[in-house]
Amino acid sequence: MSDRIVGLLTLVVALAFFASATQLEMPFFSDPLGPKLFPMLVSGVAMIAGTMMLLNPDAEPEWPVFSTFIKLFITSIILIIYAYTLKPFGFIFPTAVASAAISFQIKPNLTKSIIIGTCLSVILFLIFKFALGLGLFAFPKALIG
Amino acid sequence: MELFANLALGFSVALSPNTLMLAVVGCILGTIIGALPGLGPSNGVAILIPLSFSLGLDATAALVLMTSVYYGAMYGGRISSILLNIPGDEPAMMTTLDGYPMAKKGQAGNALVLSGVASFVGAFLATIGLMLLAPILARVAFLFGPAEYFALYLLAFCTLGGLGSKNQAKAALSVCLGLGISMIGVDKSTGLTRFTGDNLHLYDGIDFLVAIVGLFAVSEVFIFIESHGKNSSIGVKLEKVTIPFKMIYQTKWTMLRSSIIGFIAGVLPGAGASLGSFLAYMSEKSLAKDKEKFGTGDPRGIAAPEAGNNSAAGGALVPMLTLGVPGSGTTAVLLALLMTLNITPGPLLFTERPEVVWGLIASLLIANIVLLILNVPLVKVFSRVLQVPAAILLPGVTMISFVGIYSLSGSYFDLLLMILFGIVGFFLRKMDIPTVPVILGILLGSHMEVSLRRAMVLSDGDFTYLFSSPISIGLWVAAIIGFIVPIFLRRLLTISK
Repeated sequence: MSDRIVGLLTLVVALAFFASATQLEMPFFSDPLGPKLFPMLVSGVAMIAGTMMLLNPDAEPEWPVFSTFIKLFITSIILIIYAYTLKPFGFIFPTAVASAAISFQIKPNLTKSIIIGTCLSVILFLIFKFALGLGLFAFPKALIG
Repeated sequence: MELFANLALGFSVALSPNTLMLAVVGCILGTIIGALPGLGPSNGVAILIPLSFSLGLDATAALVLMTSVYYGAMYGGRISSILLNIPGDEPAMMTTLDGYPMAKKGQAGNALVLSGVASFVGAFLATIGLMLLAPILARVAFLFGPAEYFALYLLAFCTLGGLGSKNQAKAALSVCLGLGISMIGVDKSTGLTRFTGDNLHLYDGIDFLVAIVGLFAVSEVFIFIESHGKNSSIGVKLEKVTIPFKMIYQTKWTMLRSSIIGFIAGVLPGAGASLGSFLAYMSEKSLAKDKEKFGTGDPRGIAAPEAGNNSAAGGALVPMLTLGVPGSGTTAVLLALLMTLNITPGPLLFTERPEVVWGLIASLLIANIVLLILNVPLVKVFSRVLQVPAAILLPGVTMISFVGIYSLSGSYFDLLLMILFGIVGFFLRKMDIPTVPVILGILLGSHMEVSLRRAMVLSDGDFTYLFSSPISIGLWVAAIIGFIVPIFLRRLLTISK
């Protein structure tokens, strides 16, 4: 079933890609097929591959149980929040929280996770800032002025 | 004679104290990365590339550092294969077959030393092969026009897809995904924007490093969280390590044969180290008179895949340097490194930047000797790495990936893209859709398109031009064979089972 869904999805995306490629304007100079040709070829191959998966799916992969999916979802959310906070909040605080949270996903032990998060964050900051010379800020710019 | 002059140039670059130090650091880092379960050479090199830029190294130095990491990771992959029965990376898979049983028999030390020596033999012979073959191939590559390059890229995708996946449709899908991503952004020859959805962030296209780190490193974190607890296996304690001279002597022909097989597998574009170790193991098994001993801890079963995979790692550098077509996932990552350093691999590299090529080759030879020294007497130290708990390792890997990508552009958009690639990578891997072709597609997509368009301009839109020279016809035939033959081989294998 998963293969069929992905096959169908591929087919739809490839069709959209193909349609979008045909809308590209043609240049005036002598490039006979211009920027259209390659996207059209690739989406053609993708459509064949998608159809094959739709018609001839493999055995169902072993999907994780629901609770694991929740874990993975939480991890993704943590990472997304981390991506947004890294700049405004400085390096140390978001990194400590994010690593502690990931560590907690792997081994649910709150105290240990917090210790791991804090240590990782400080050690990595020292390495990045002083050994590699990256322009990171430890704390929010507003705090350090 | 030219070879020696070139080598002398190479060593003059590689033996400078700075470069030498980078090689040693790279080897140590690489061995650690290779030994950590789940962090293979491609992941390791991928997360380190952005950081190596921030060091402000010049092209040769960065290349020496990263290839030492690459060679080191190929060595290190065997440690967890032998002690934990978990391959540190894909090519080290075959080493678990005899390595772990041998370790269970109380010969873990012997297995590690033997595999270290076999790795050395494989990598050393492959570097010699690289020295001899690369300049010849570079000369042939001068004959390549756009039609030939188009066919060559096709060959790389077909062999990589054909051999790297159990399902040809999935491999093709993955290639198309990569090529599709490579087309996002401003089309260089016309200035038109394509497939950006009017998102300003996408006008420059998607940086391949973002995709690589996302697909390889971030998806690994997801896979680990998902499979956590399942792969637990009982590790074998490492007792005293001695050098098993007799065992090494007995397997000398095995190592030699496997190195040759591995090298050839590595040179094939798209095939790479996993194929090298597989073919080396299988051919030793079929040559042996006592086949039943394989799988029970036979020294030949360790020497063969290790010589094979390290030799293939060296062989994979041949098409990468001379044609710009990587032979494996990790060399694809190294190609990404070259492209970011503004070095265009290809025949011109050998004539225009000889110090880069020969400096690299000389430092590979040096790295090999360093690795032998690190991996035989110090193997016990590296085996400690296995004890790093996942609850520390994985957050660490994630943060290094984030900072690496963040240091490239300083944009949160790239970080979000990287997470997206991580999620996509997780689903691809769960569904058995290979991720390496996606990377290769992103890396080679624009080159492939440029070749095709040049060919069309030259021939005024005549498609038969693509098949007009003997070289391009040969490449097309090889591509079709490379894509189709594995289907029949798999059928044969399942029938004979």
